[in-house]
Amino acid sequence: MEIFQVVGLAVVSVVVLLVIRRHRPEMAVLLALVVGLVIFFMVAQRLLAVLEFLRDLAARAGVDSLYLNIILKIVGIAYITEIGAQVCRDAQETSVAAKVELAGKLLILVLAVPIVMAIVEAVLRVL
Amino acid sequence: MGMDLVFKIAFIGIVVSILSIVLKQAEREEWAQMLTLAGVVAVLMIVAEMVLELFQAVRTMFQLY
Repeated sequence: MEIFQVVGLAVVSVVVLLVIRRHRPEMAVLLALVVGLVIFFMVAQRLLAVLEFLRDLAARAGVDSLYLNIILKIVGIAYITEIGAQVCRDAQETSVAAKVELAGKLLILVLAVPIVMAIVEAVLRVL
Repeated sequence: MGMDLVFKIAFIGIVVSILSIVLKQAEREEWAQMLTLAGVVAVLMIVAEMVLELFQAVRTMFQLY
């Protein structure tokens, strides 16, 4: 199972990070980012399979694929924002991390507007 | 995938930090700085490539065009 590889890699990397962080903090930040990416690529295939399953489920349930696409976009944006914010926090730049998260939230809000409009129209139609 | 990258970067980091300490002992402060810069640039090249790969993967996965 991949979980053993992931945990093994994480433990080894954390030890190496401890060694590197004392002398070269900037290298440690980059190494931490690379470890995160490698772990993501390890589980990427499983994530793809889950997404395909979600799409089939939505198609079978008759949910309009537009909404599912918007939800997937929001999840993607949230994930990338999280990666960026964590890298900034790793480098003790919490203010930059806060700005990245602000941008991520705004972009998600912009994406969510059509769904909110659809809900409001549906409610008005009912009343 | 890419697990060797982690060890390559760890190797570069350790070598650069050790060499810079040695250079500092030999009163070659400016060489140590340049070596550190070279190390960071090398690691940045690798990281930039991986981040691009990440963005491509996420873009195709979540249709974030």
